[in-house]
Amino acid sequence: MSMFRRRGDRYVATFAVDEVRVLRKVASEVVGLLTDGFDHGDPVVGRLFPEVYPEDAAGTAEFRRYTEGDLKTAKIDQAGAILAALPDGDAGGEVRLDAEAAEAWLRALNDARLAMGVRLEIKDGTDLGEELDDAVAADPASSRVFQLSVYAYLGYLQESLLNALID
Amino acid sequence: MGGMAAPQVAPVETPDTEEVPVSDRPWVTIVWDDPVNLMTYVTWVFQKLFGYSREKAEQLMLDVHHKGKAVVSSGARERMEHDASQLHAYGLWATVDRS
Repeated sequence: MSMFRRRGDRYVATFAVDEVRVLRKVASEVVGLLTDGFDHGDPVVGRLFPEVYPEDAAGTAEFRRYTEGDLKTAKIDQAGAILAALPDGDAGGEVRLDAEAAEAWLRALNDARLAMGVRLEIKDGTDLGEELDDAVAADPASSRVFQLSVYAYLGYLQESLLNALID
Repeated sequence: MGGMAAPQVAPVETPDTEEVPVSDRPWVTIVWDDPVNLMTYVTWVFQKLFGYSREKAEQLMLDVHHKGKAVVSSGARERMEHDASQLHAYGLWATVDRS
């Protein structure tokens, strides 16, 4: 697994082709979620765009009228920052981010983890290692095994980028 | 004496009274605990958005984590809505309420 390191004023990581594929996939999925079929009834959308007044639907609707367009654009842009920085083609390679791109990556990795966390039903106190062991025992080739691995990987990558940024 | 021009009287500004809130309690922005967000990330967001010290941001993050929620800012309603939308951009689960 790759991790980010600070090199001068850049944040650098070298990714294997599998990692590039995974990052491209999850960033594209976030963009897809925010464009095609954007639906407040989808729990993932509900988590990325929380009700600002949980007991005041009208207040929440009013808030969304003024803020949701910008928020959606920002989230699409930050997922786009991942896509833009990945190596071209179906290959591994180095990713170099300036401070602005690094922050966009942090937010985008977080969005992707939030989306996966909802789908995987991650709860407070969920032990990822145990979840993964259970999923492997049930069916090592299952989508849940893959999704849990990706979720864990994104957390590791986000943490490494954050550590490089605040170091 | 005499010969002085009449003093200029500045027009009296009428105080802006149209926005007196019904309740004098301020509004607050609340961040709720979340099983996904990394503790280090939440601390970083609080420092970044509110300019809080590392210590204060960490304490707020721990409050969110242990108590389930924490008030991260307070003030005028519009300001709190702004804070909440910023927090949403960072993926934190934020709501606005009266204090």
